[in-house]
Amino acid sequence: MTTASEPTTAIANPPVEALESNLLPSDVVRISATRSPPQPDRQLTKVAKLIDVSKCIGCKACQSACIEWNDTHPELEANVGLYENPHDLTPEMYTLMRFTEYENPEGDFEWLIRKDGCMHCEDPGCLKACPAPGAIVQYSNGIVDFISENCIGCGYCVTGCPFNVPRIHKTAHVAKKCTLCSDRVAVGQGPACAKACPTQAIVFGTKEEMTAHAEERIADLKSRGYENAGLYDPPGVGGTHVMYVLHHADQPALYAGLPEDPKIAPVVEGWKGPAKTVGLAAIGLAAVGAALHGLFGRANVVEPSDETAAEKLVKSGTSGPGEGA
Amino acid sequence: MKPVYSERRDHIASRQPVTVSRYRGLTRLNHWVTALSLILLALSGLALFHPLLYPLSALFGGGATVRWLHPVIGVVLFFSFLILFLQLWRLNLPRREDRVWLSHLGDVVSNHEERLPELGKYNAGQKLVFWAMAGLIVVLIVTGVMIWEEQLPLWAAQAPSLASIPARRIAVAIHALAAVAMILVFILHVYAAFWTRGTLRAMTRGTVTGGWAWRHHRKWLRELAGRQSRGPAE
Repeated sequence: MTTASEPTTAIANPPVEALESNLLPSDVVRISATRSPPQPDRQLTKVAKLIDVSKCIGCKACQSACIEWNDTHPELEANVGLYENPHDLTPEMYTLMRFTEYENPEGDFEWLIRKDGCMHCEDPGCLKACPAPGAIVQYSNGIVDFISENCIGCGYCVTGCPFNVPRIHKTAHVAKKCTLCSDRVAVGQGPACAKACPTQAIVFGTKEEMTAHAEERIADLKSRGYENAGLYDPPGVGGTHVMYVLHHADQPALYAGLPEDPKIAPVVEGWKGPAKTVGLAAIGLAAVGAALHGLFGRANVVEPSDETAAEKLVKSGTSGPGEGA
Repeated sequence: MKPVYSERRDHIASRQPVTVSRYRGLTRLNHWVTALSLILLALSGLALFHPLLYPLSALFGGGATVRWLHPVIGVVLFFSFLILFLQLWRLNLPRREDRVWLSHLGDVVSNHEERLPELGKYNAGQKLVFWAMAGLIVVLIVTGVMIWEEQLPLWAAQAPSLASIPARRIAVAIHALAAVAMILVFILHVYAAFWTRGTLRAMTRGTVTGGWAWRHHRKWLRELAGRQSRGPAE
């Protein structure tokens, strides 16, 4: 069997013959709760999904494709007068169109639609927070993936993520999120959502190409009056492997609360950095010190004179001097 | 007359040689349930605290078991300690002699007990351990419930701000720090019980020797001696 090539687009149809995976365990560059990161012998090309918000028509084909490919079963919910369906990301819905009604300063109405989901951070907070070895990995092409068989369902990744993306499955007790279709990418295919998108608002390729494509789109948007159009590739998390073209890149929060400057929360960094090391060292030193001193130090021993004094006291039956202090 | 330095049930158990009853069976059982819970919590918690210690999770059957078992034991410890607290808090209230004792910490460590004031049932060190444990357990149960993923639906709707991700980030960090402090206090507690020979039997057999009581808790012994002399008629 030949090995699948690294995908550079989501549009191409798959080859007919069976292919060997190109995304191997040896391509992992970061592993949760593992001290020494692996040293891969090759570097895959960095990939990215680019979501051009200005081209999105809100059809939710991406959601359908995601459900179908990942074989998830999102709950049927009631219509509460919003377009979001389901109402939030869930353990069974890895991507969600979020709809925002925005009245711009000129008084015109804008309907902003953002496809929410895992951003595949270059510096993933979920991975940093995870206590289970091997439950979260990052491949050298940038994809951050949850390995369910190693996941213990503790929810630490939820606190680590700056984008509020991971969800804990209530019955499987594992964390779930968009995989960037790592299983499709492994055999040379682009993500299902990008493949299904009818307007190519979602495109997939190398990060370099996607950044270049975004520049064209931004130039186009600027020529049509969106002077603040720009690319959302937040440096606070080392850049992301899911990027947005926004018409109002100066106000990402307009798009259903997309964070302005996302970064791993300092309290998470502190907890998973100094606190972890210093805490363990303190406990270790205290335990060893106490054990050594307990074994070799001079103990506080009751002397026979103490026993005699106690007997005298009890025999005399009085409480003796010193009482009533 | 209300005892000042002792519990009503503390008494001289035998006169020749002198032994003194310090903890009844129920209190000892209560103590050991709390102790066992604390040890299991420390082991399972440390497994999630540092990758080096993750193998500890194998003691419980793997990380996924630790995930649900740790908080359950936490609830057991909370209630077990609460019952212990209700029995012990009164004699752990600070007294004037505690300050003197603390200012002579050097004499405590170097075994110059004759330079220390006479004490009731607990010295200032024991009291500090008691209140540190009590405070830390409250912190740990509150932050622990906040990060108990499985039980979030129980209360998240009532206190959405506490269930928010920023709040849980702070909770998880505080939980870890408080747990480290708790383990340090625990080590101190165990160490002191070993170092001060004759202490352990208070929590195993329930009694201590008269000499131990005289040496470390003389006011407590005096009160008990005075009480027994007045006889059962009182």
